[in-house]
Amino acid sequence: MSKLVRPYGDTQNDGKVQLSFTLPVEWSEAADEAARQLATKIGLRDVQVVDGRRIASGFSFFVIYASTQQAVDVESIAPSAAQTHAMSMEEIDAFIAERIGRKVRVAGACIGTDAHTVGIDAILNMKGYKGDYGLERYRMFDTFNLGSQVAVETLVRFTKEQGMDALLASQVVTQKGSDVKNFTALSELLEAEDLRERVVLICGGPRVTNRLASELGYDAGFGRGTLPSEVASFIALTLAQRLRQGSR
Amino acid sequence: MELRIDRDRVDRCRSLAAAIANPVESFIAAHSTVSVERAVLRLLGVDGVTGEEIPIPNAIVDSISTEQLGRGAAMPFGKALAETGLEPAELGQAIVSGRYSLEQFEQTPEGAARGALRSHVNGALEHIASQRAARLARLERLPQLPPPLLYVIVASGNIYEDRTAAVAAAEAGAQVIAVIRSTGQSLLDFVPYGPTTEGFGGTYATQANFKIMRAALDEVSERLGRYVMLTNYASGLCMPEIAVMAALERLDMLLNDSMYGILFRDINMKRTFVDQHFSRMLNARSGIIINTGEDNYLTTADAVDQAPAVLASQFINEEFAHRAGLPDDQIGLGDAYEINPDLEDSFLYQIAQAQLAREIFPAAALKYMPPTKHMTGDVFKGHLIDAMFNLTSVMTGQTIHLCGMLTEAIHTPFLGDRALSLENARYIMSTARHFGDEIVLRPGGAIDRRAQAVLRECETLLERVAAMGLMRAIESAAFADVSRSPDGGRGHEGVFSRHADYYNPFQEALSPVAA
Repeated sequence: MSKLVRPYGDTQNDGKVQLSFTLPVEWSEAADEAARQLATKIGLRDVQVVDGRRIASGFSFFVIYASTQQAVDVESIAPSAAQTHAMSMEEIDAFIAERIGRKVRVAGACIGTDAHTVGIDAILNMKGYKGDYGLERYRMFDTFNLGSQVAVETLVRFTKEQGMDALLASQVVTQKGSDVKNFTALSELLEAEDLRERVVLICGGPRVTNRLASELGYDAGFGRGTLPSEVASFIALTLAQRLRQGSR
Repeated sequence: MELRIDRDRVDRCRSLAAAIANPVESFIAAHSTVSVERAVLRLLGVDGVTGEEIPIPNAIVDSISTEQLGRGAAMPFGKALAETGLEPAELGQAIVSGRYSLEQFEQTPEGAARGALRSHVNGALEHIASQRAARLARLERLPQLPPPLLYVIVASGNIYEDRTAAVAAAEAGAQVIAVIRSTGQSLLDFVPYGPTTEGFGGTYATQANFKIMRAALDEVSERLGRYVMLTNYASGLCMPEIAVMAALERLDMLLNDSMYGILFRDINMKRTFVDQHFSRMLNARSGIIINTGEDNYLTTADAVDQAPAVLASQFINEEFAHRAGLPDDQIGLGDAYEINPDLEDSFLYQIAQAQLAREIFPAAALKYMPPTKHMTGDVFKGHLIDAMFNLTSVMTGQTIHLCGMLTEAIHTPFLGDRALSLENARYIMSTARHFGDEIVLRPGGAIDRRAQAVLRECETLLERVAAMGLMRAIESAAFADVSRSPDGGRGHEGVFSRHADYYNPFQEALSPVAA
């Protein structure tokens, strides 16, 4: 069974789409024609450049309406894999209060020589990312952002002395595999110090995938676009599960 | 349009802000930081990097013992100038190359050091004065369009792409261009060097980048017949040094908040208080308009709840700015249009807040920030929310208007996004230019009541902060729900007590008391 659909303008199957873009050319009627040809090359038909104008010297902006002949079979698209139920900040706080019964201590750092705290700050700083608050803002997390260029040894010592429940290691720079080396060094040192089982160990960065994380012996890995509440949910759920299993 | 605000309450808030600033000012007067000392060296003309890419001002300050640094970097450096007869830039190179060390000149008389420094100190102050005069002359010849000044950001990471974007934005109506810094620069305890073409979510603030952008904007200003301003960020761990670079390269505005770094970047509060003071003294002398960061309270916490904290922070920022010698028209107090658009009558609350700031700080260069928190991938709705923001800004007479982007939650602005955003602002601000003049706010109405309540709660908050002291109040999360301890955070190790014979020739020259 298949169900082919096209974009809907005002009539079934008319395939109407709208598109806007900038071209680095001075505006003229020829520029409008260039925009029309581009839309045609994209595969659109009945291309109408409804607006084309100069927005700066050497730049023009276009709005286009056109039709596509393409269709997709919506029945053939498998539902995406079940995701962990993403909880809101309030739900996570309530969950921790109920299931764990105390504040959860989380430390995060850009390890090695990496000075790019964009990722770890997005997750930890109060301001958060895309309107999703960072862990510092949660009532039930005690958050320690150790910042950039934190030696693996420093992070492990901090964990030992301060009793962390979860560690977030971030790596933005990936030149010559420095990220993998640093992540590995951290998990190995935690093993050596007999701390590995006591923490939820998470790595993050634009190139990090969950697959890489599990290969490196981490509990999870979070990549580009991750929201703080996704990390917070994972920590809360994992800790609660470990408590239930009595592994701590 | 006018609110009936309780002027006595406003006066009491100002007195409270003064009481809050007093003990902090005493602390500032007794301390310096590594960044202040590096700024002194930069003003004297020290620049460049070592073979390991360490900025020479950093290398020199790091080479001075803690004991000696309490006397200020100028004194040992001045002694070396006196003995070697080198220019400051040459001396900097000679020190990092190992040809000289500052220690070897310890016995040189202080008088000789002061004498050797004098012409370089005067030279720096004259350069700053000439840049200020150049700005004024250009503004006279190339007058800006009336406020709200339309302000847009460029943030490609590559200064040359930023230049293209900035020129295009100026042509599309932008009056102020801000080059957003690479994420994480605020946490670097040094200023990167040279032109840069790679950054993360922004472009590194370097003196070379400032120069490139200034030249491009000067050129487009001439072409358009109106002066286009340039902005960067004197925030983070290098506030004083960025202020130096901005003064030398004629930037026109700098983000510069007395508390932002503490709350939102976890920079040590003592470091920030000392650094903000020195950087603001420089900004005052340079004619640079500071922009404060109150908008951040609204993006991290609920915008309705945080309104009194925004106003309280505006009072505190104003007080610290005055103490650094900044006149009202160089104080761009921040606010933002961040109330949840789904809230009924949220537009009325936004007007109340914006108008309240306008009336309490009538001469300030108020800076109004666009909606960000409630922007989604829905560019059409986003464009509409931005229009309401634009209307509020022109109605309430804001001075600096950071244009909202329809693609706010999606990517750093495209060239076309900026053009659409500027078009939106220009249309609304032209079509409703004198709308605010036609409106009489109903006494006891929703806008009036909201403004009164915000001012009342602001006074209560300031009373609480004054009673605790600012440092303890920050520790108890009085602002933006963030708690920071006086000795915690980044950069604390770079704060030190001034020795009784601490010497900083620029401190003396720039101090508003001396002026």
